[in-house]
Amino acid sequence: MVPERRRPPEASSKSSCSMMSESPRNRKPDLPFAPFDSTNLWCGDRHGRSFLEFSPPLVTQSSGLFGPDRETKSKKQHEPSPVDDPVMDWNPRLMLSNLSFLEQKIHQVQDIVRSIISHEDQFLDQANELAAQQQLVTADLTYIIIQLISTAGTLLPDIKNALLSTNPAVGRPGSNQKQHEILPVEVAKASQYDSLIKDLNSCGGKEDELIKCSNNSGVEASEPIPIEDHDTKDNDDGMDGENLPPGSYEVLQLEEEEILAPHTHFCLICGKGFKRDANLRMHMRGHGDEYKSPAALAKPSKEASIEPQPLRRYSCPFVGCKRNKEHKKFQPLKTILCVKNHYKRSHCDKSYTCSRCRTKKFSIIADLKTHEKHCGRDKWICSCGTTFSRKDKLFGHVALFQGHAPAIPMDDAKVLVTSDKAQVSEASSGMPGNMGYNFSGNTSLDAQSPDIKGVDDGHGCFSPMTLDACNIWGLAEFPHSAYEVSESTFSFLATGSCSSIQRNGEN
Amino acid sequence: MAKSRDLCRRIDRSDGFATLTLDLFSGSPNPNPCSYSRSAKRVRVSCASPAAAAAEENRSNPFDSLSEEVLFLILDRLESDPLDKKSFSLVCRSFYAAESRHRRALTPLRSGLLPAALARYPSVSRLDLSLCPSVTDAALASVGGALRSSLRSIDLSRSRGFSYAGIESVAVNCAALVEINLSNATDLSDAAAAAIGRARNLEKLWLARCKMVTDMGIGCIAVGCQKLRLLCLKWCLGISDLGVGLVAVKCKQLRSLDLSFVPQITEKCLPAVLQLPHLEDLALVGCLSIDDEGLMSVKQESKSLQVLDMSNCQHVNHAGFSSLLSKTPELREISLAYYCKVTHSLASSLQKLYNLQSIKLDGCEVTTSGLKTMANSCRSLGELSLSKCSGVTDEGLSFFVTKHKGLVKLDVTCCRNITDLSLASITSSCTSLTNLSMESCILVSREGFRLIGQHCHLLEELDLTDNDLDDEGLRAISGCHNLSVLKIGICLKISDEGLIHVAKGCPNLQELDLYRSVGITDIGVMAIARGCPLLQIINLSYCTEVTDYSLRSLSKCSNLNTLEIRGCQVSSSGLAVVAVGCRKLTKLDIKKCYFVDDAGMLLLARFSQNLRQINLSYCSVTDVGLLALASVSCLQNMTILHSGGLTSNGLAAVLVACGGLTKVKLHSSFKPLIPKPILEHVEARGCLFQWRDKPFQVELEPSEVWKQQSQEMHV
Repeated sequence: MVPERRRPPEASSKSSCSMMSESPRNRKPDLPFAPFDSTNLWCGDRHGRSFLEFSPPLVTQSSGLFGPDRETKSKKQHEPSPVDDPVMDWNPRLMLSNLSFLEQKIHQVQDIVRSIISHEDQFLDQANELAAQQQLVTADLTYIIIQLISTAGTLLPDIKNALLSTNPAVGRPGSNQKQHEILPVEVAKASQYDSLIKDLNSCGGKEDELIKCSNNSGVEASEPIPIEDHDTKDNDDGMDGENLPPGSYEVLQLEEEEILAPHTHFCLICGKGFKRDANLRMHMRGHGDEYKSPAALAKPSKEASIEPQPLRRYSCPFVGCKRNKEHKKFQPLKTILCVKNHYKRSHCDKSYTCSRCRTKKFSIIADLKTHEKHCGRDKWICSCGTTFSRKDKLFGHVALFQGHAPAIPMDDAKVLVTSDKAQVSEASSGMPGNMGYNFSGNTSLDAQSPDIKGVDDGHGCFSPMTLDACNIWGLAEFPHSAYEVSESTFSFLATGSCSSIQRNGEN
Repeated sequence: MAKSRDLCRRIDRSDGFATLTLDLFSGSPNPNPCSYSRSAKRVRVSCASPAAAAAEENRSNPFDSLSEEVLFLILDRLESDPLDKKSFSLVCRSFYAAESRHRRALTPLRSGLLPAALARYPSVSRLDLSLCPSVTDAALASVGGALRSSLRSIDLSRSRGFSYAGIESVAVNCAALVEINLSNATDLSDAAAAAIGRARNLEKLWLARCKMVTDMGIGCIAVGCQKLRLLCLKWCLGISDLGVGLVAVKCKQLRSLDLSFVPQITEKCLPAVLQLPHLEDLALVGCLSIDDEGLMSVKQESKSLQVLDMSNCQHVNHAGFSSLLSKTPELREISLAYYCKVTHSLASSLQKLYNLQSIKLDGCEVTTSGLKTMANSCRSLGELSLSKCSGVTDEGLSFFVTKHKGLVKLDVTCCRNITDLSLASITSSCTSLTNLSMESCILVSREGFRLIGQHCHLLEELDLTDNDLDDEGLRAISGCHNLSVLKIGICLKISDEGLIHVAKGCPNLQELDLYRSVGITDIGVMAIARGCPLLQIINLSYCTEVTDYSLRSLSKCSNLNTLEIRGCQVSSSGLAVVAVGCRKLTKLDIKKCYFVDDAGMLLLARFSQNLRQINLSYCSVTDVGLLALASVSCLQNMTILHSGGLTSNGLAAVLVACGGLTKVKLHSSFKPLIPKPILEHVEARGCLFQWRDKPFQVELEPSEVWKQQSQEMHV
């Protein structure tokens, strides 16, 4: 969706439109592609596409001039979707037809309800029919409400609109489509306004940036995006498990510079930056007595919180990230702090290296400190091969599973443990020969792959796959009640799964 | 078969082996003609059966006709004294073989003897290695190999020199192993614990002072030994809540858990521990990380807990105790000794404990009101210990004993404020009292002792050390005819006259303490020796009037195993008589017996083959006597300070010759004189050296002066 970006308030009135159309003309010398743009104004969709084809050379040509990459991007983003644009521009005719359509719809619903009332007695024994009617009514009403909102939305002043626009509004897309179906004629007309806005946008970098970010769906394919696992840190970034329906909150998106700025609170008098508002307020005292009053020193949020704040969530400015509002499965971030941590963790260089292990890198210094607390510590190992970074986790694991025991991480104990295992595997002759400890024996069938042999000695180097296999082995190794019932069948199953998992590992 | 049954009946009738052996031996000169004849059979003759010496070698052995069943029945009756069994096995080969097969418990003196002992006794189930200071992995491996199916219990609590490998060979091979005592194995680590974890049938495990064992090791044990019923983790410094929690999760059969002096134990493990379904005995002595708040946060109840010991928990006060006691309604015994103030609130929290029978409040601060509330709260106590409690008054104690007439054991040691008033109520209410300890109750007078003798006829143990006791009192006390332990040390007023009454009135006396009771002379001791033939322990230290005559009379007490005669006027001849008469002598203290010389040592070494511990300080013993003593194979513990005739060479020779030594206390001046390799060799065998630098002090302090000094110390 490329809709409804920041539309200046003037856009709603014809006079201001004409005024605005002048300003881009003044800039024309600076913008090499502005003429094309203007031609495009009166072109249909098809023309826009064709323009796309030859725009790249132009772009490269003008690259030295004025952040042209950005410009082209914004253009590209606009081009494929002029269809959507007309909706946002206010047209009294369109409004009128919309309203009359709504009127019709309301009448329909009225009729249905009336019929329900009149046939009340009949419905008593035909409950199903009644339910169906009710569903129909609710569906119609919902539709009417949506339609009303979207129609009214075109009338709202700019700021509100911008806010609305940033979220993928309630059923907005659907309603837009509806409108297009009804009023295909308006498209060309509306695209005129669209281009006006575009020109306007191209003047100010910031809005442009916003558009760029939100419209990336079209760009994604052409632009090389560093593929990272954005979801790894999801839990740390908060907001998971909070299943807000899209649209029940407003989405804010901070700029990269804003996110990475060391300070967020600036003194209006001297410009000094602070990390915390409280520190700023303390600082302000130095600028005069008027800042020393209890009111000035009090937390400002208190009065503000009296009136209900709209639920606010944040979007990551990084295109393609799950936390970016354009992502299909967008998961917003809860607070600004979440945004900062998320952005640094996922999209910034990891410049802090652990001085002890020299392998782990972090982009947030607090993460490094947390890691350093545990780095180099003894690994806590269970007899099943699972490793734990904390002793209590290991003991929780051992307590949970029958037959698992802590593995003594001593050299002489290692001998002990292995001999132990060997004996157990001897003893468990009832099991299929290649079960469990003879893990490597099993793999020997398929040409002893070295990575699986590692399972026997290295405790830390399991791939998730082999780890699973090991767990299965661990369970089978120790005699215990849970599996005694059908040991033979279980062990058979286990061998099967082991080998299949190993094959996966080899691939 | 019929014959053997007949013999059984005969044994039953004859009531005891002594009679039976006489029958057998008297029959031996005229043996019945046997139907079968055996080849020349050498009858082993023991010195205990001189009659058997008459048996001619070529004669067929009458004892062979006795079936093994019969011999086993006889052996069953010989459990009381190890010497009897030795004599039995020396009768003939069949007796020897029967004894080998019959023996279940083995306590070897040296681990070097282990292979031979194991070969001789194939069905030993209980192996006590506590006398072997050094046990190697190889020795343990041989145990594992030899006693594969029979071994049920092994005690390594005093042994060193083995590693986890030795434990593993025992744990893995002996499937029937149920008990392991590994206490004091301070150098064993988690690997050893993991080895123990492989003894799947283990039920009792002692790991006291295994300081290197951590949670990981205890985790292995918890997972491996899920049948555990008793676990002692006293002084296991490396263990924390996690390990104990895992034990509580895995070992559901646990009955007894000792977590005393484990510094890392907090209340966090208590919920899991209290949820153990069968837990009966819990010891948390000296757990300094447990505090009031922690205890109050524990919500779990334990319906099975019967014995709770929370002595010395310095950070727990009555609030915490009260909270915990309300969660354990089935308690029978509590010990809250030290650092607990017995107040009204704590005492009233005892009210819900319907089964409570024993309370130990040693060293606590007790108020009269607290004692009264306690008396009202508890149903019927059998045992109360107020030892070293401050604040115990006549009023409180009298009130208590009138409420609890069933009291069997009462300890009021060092309750210095109680008088005859308390004694009057104690003796009138608690007539079933068997144990009464009232050391240093200095205000109790003759009247009090009279009441004891008059009312407490069931008394078995009485401690009157450091009391104002005189001959009249002693005469009254001799009315307690069941007395087996009587401690009347530091009673300066008593004399032979009182002792003669005791000798007449208490024929069952087994232990008598007369330490520094200076009024005693030979006459009193001779009366005791005659009147109390069961005497096992006697302490006559610093009774300066005691001479050889006393020893001569004591030599008639054949059960005597402990003799302390420090500073007595005895000589070698007296000692020799005791050595000949008292074959069971294991502990001998002859410090400052200046007249004891080599002659005494020679005879002691010849006859007292069971001697384990000796103190020879200030004696006139030289190298010769000491070398003779070294031939006593049981000797483990020696203290030799200021023995004039001793040279370093002689000492070195003794140390090498005496293979079983575990602890030797010597004057530090000898340390540089004895060759280092010898010291190292002896230490490697498992002997500990204690070097003392005490000044030479010949003069004995008069006991009055000594008592005066000791009283000044604690005032």
